[in-house]
Amino acid sequence: MIEAHLPALQVVVPLVAAPLCVLLRDHRAAWALTVLISWLAFAIATALLMKVLDTGPITYALGNWIAPWGIEYRLDPLNAFVLVIVAALGAIVATYARVSVVAEIAKERIYLFYCMYLLALTGLLGIVITGDAFNIFVFLEISSLSSYVLISLGRDRRAMTAAYQYLIMGTIGATFILIGIGLLYMMTGTLNMADLARRLPPVADSRTVLAAFGFITVGASLKLALFPLHQWLPNAYAYAPSSVSAFLAGTATKVSIYVLLRFIFTVFGASIAFKALPLGWMLLALAILAMFIASTVAIFQQDIKRMLAYSSIAQIGYIILGISFASATGLTAGILHIFNHALMKGGLFLALGCVFLRLGSVKLDDMKGIGRTMPVTMAGFVVGGISLIGLPPTAGFISKWYLVLAALEKGWWPVAVLIVLSSLLAVIYVWRVIEVAYFEPPPKHAQGDEVREAPLSMLVPLWTLIGANLYFGIETSASVGVAKQAASFLLGAGS
Amino acid sequence: MELIERFLGLYNYWIVILLMMAGFYVVMASHNLIKKIVGMSIFQTSVFLLYISMGKVRGGTAPILTGEPQAYSNPLPHVLILTAIVVGVATTALGLAFVVRIKESYGSIEEDEIHKLDEEP
Repeated sequence: MIEAHLPALQVVVPLVAAPLCVLLRDHRAAWALTVLISWLAFAIATALLMKVLDTGPITYALGNWIAPWGIEYRLDPLNAFVLVIVAALGAIVATYARVSVVAEIAKERIYLFYCMYLLALTGLLGIVITGDAFNIFVFLEISSLSSYVLISLGRDRRAMTAAYQYLIMGTIGATFILIGIGLLYMMTGTLNMADLARRLPPVADSRTVLAAFGFITVGASLKLALFPLHQWLPNAYAYAPSSVSAFLAGTATKVSIYVLLRFIFTVFGASIAFKALPLGWMLLALAILAMFIASTVAIFQQDIKRMLAYSSIAQIGYIILGISFASATGLTAGILHIFNHALMKGGLFLALGCVFLRLGSVKLDDMKGIGRTMPVTMAGFVVGGISLIGLPPTAGFISKWYLVLAALEKGWWPVAVLIVLSSLLAVIYVWRVIEVAYFEPPPKHAQGDEVREAPLSMLVPLWTLIGANLYFGIETSASVGVAKQAASFLLGAGS
Repeated sequence: MELIERFLGLYNYWIVILLMMAGFYVVMASHNLIKKIVGMSIFQTSVFLLYISMGKVRGGTAPILTGEPQAYSNPLPHVLILTAIVVGVATTALGLAFVVRIKESYGSIEEDEIHKLDEEP
C-alpha cells in the first residue's frame, strides 16, 4: 500500500522534517533527525530506481488529480538515477556534518542549518521527480532560497557577499525559466511536461516557442554555472561551510543540468534544439572554453576550496560536452559524469572539510606536510584527485573514456584530443596540493599542539564517497548500465 | 494605420518588455546592493504582469459559478503567479537581510567598496 505512494513520500518526508528541526532546537537532536530522514530519502530513491528499471516509467497523480489538470510526478530511468545521486549525497553529507558544523557554525544557529539543509534536499528532490513545468520553478526556488541561507552561514564575512551574489544571479536564472514556462503555457495551454511534448510540435516554428526555448536554456545555464555564466559559483563554494560546499557541489548544479536535459530532450525535442537551432555547436564551444579556462584559473588558486570550485566549472564543461554531441554515447557520458563528478567532488570537499576542522584553513601554504599529520584524509584527497584527473581505476576514468569514445564516434578527433589535454591541466592543480601536502615538512608545533587526524565520524563518510569512486571505476556495469538506459530513453522520447 | 493598431493592441506586452529590460538593466548596472534588489523586484514584477495579462479574456469575469454561461478569464495563470509573488517576496526579504548583515560587517553597501575591503588582507 505504502509502496504506491513512494514518489510523494520522497518529497514530503524531508519537507515535513524540516520544520521539525526548528521545533527540536537541540543541535544533536536536529542532526539525528536529519541523518535519519536523509537516509530514508535515499532508501526511497533507491527503491524507486529499482522499480523503474524493473517495470518502466512510473507516474503518480498527486492528490489523485489526473494529469494534465493535476500535478503529476513522473519517474523514468533518467530522473530516478538523478534522484538516487541527490539522495545519496544528501545522506552521506548529513552523516558527516555533525562535528564539522559544530566547528564552523555558531551553536545557537545549528538547528536552523539542519532545517535549511532538509529544505534544500526537498527542493532538489522535487525538481527531479516532478512532471510539471511550473512545479519545477517552485521547487527550484525552495532549493535556491535555502541554499543561499546555507552558504551565508559560512564563517568568513565574504560568505555573506557570496550568498548575495548567488541570490541575484540565481533569481535571474529562475525568473528566466519562469518566463519560458509562461510563453510555453501561452502557446499550448498546459504545464504538464509530457503533455507539452505532445502539443508543442504543431506550433514549434512560432517565435514564441523559440523565445521560450532561449529563456529556459539561458536560465538553466545560469543555474548550472555554464561558462561564462559561472561567476556566482567560485565564491559561493569557497566561503560556504565545508559540508554545504560538498552537498551543493554534488547536487545543485547537477539538478540544473537535469532540468536542461529534461527541457531540451523531453519537452522541446532534440530536433528543435539541435537541428532547427545551433544549440549543439554553442554548447560544444562553451564546454570546451569552460574545460580550459576554468582549469587554468584553478591552477592559480591559493584557496583549495576555491580551486575545487573552478574545477567544478571545468567538470560541468565535460558534462555539457557530452550533451552537446546529442548522440547515445555522448549522453551516456554526460549522465555518467553527473554521477561520477558528484562522487569525486563530494569526496574532495569532504576531505577539505576534515582539513579545515584541524587547521582552520584550506590555504595551500597552511597545508604543508599535512600528508604526514592527516594521512587518512589526504589519502582520500589523492584518490579523489586521481578520479578528477580521470586515471584508472577510478570513476573519473570511466566517464572520460565514454566522452572520448563519443567524440571519436562522431569523427571529431580534435575534440577528443582537447578532452585529454584539458585533463592534463587537472594533473597540474591536483599535483600542487599533493606536492605541498607530502613533500614539504610540517611546520613545528608546540608540544601537544600537533595537527591530528580527523575524527572517525567524518572519515567514514569521506571514505564512503572515495571508496565509491574506486568501486564505480572498476565495477562499471551498474552506473554505465543505468546511464545508457537513461540516454536511450531521452533520445527515444525526443524524436 | 493597421500597424499602429497592432502595436497598441499588444500594449500589455510592451509594458512587460519595458519593465523587464529596465529591471534587468538596474540589476546589471548598479553597484548599490539595495538598488540591485529594487531592479530584481521590477524584473520579477514584469513577469507577474506577463502571466496575469496572458490569462485575461476581454469582457470576461472572474470564474465563479452563477448558473448562467458567461465568458471568464483564465484563472490558472493568476493562481500560478500568486505562488511566484510569494517566492518574490521571500527572495526580496532574504536579499535585504543579506544586505543588512553585509552593512554590519563591512560598513558599506557599495559593491566596489566591499571589493576593496575584501582585497585587503
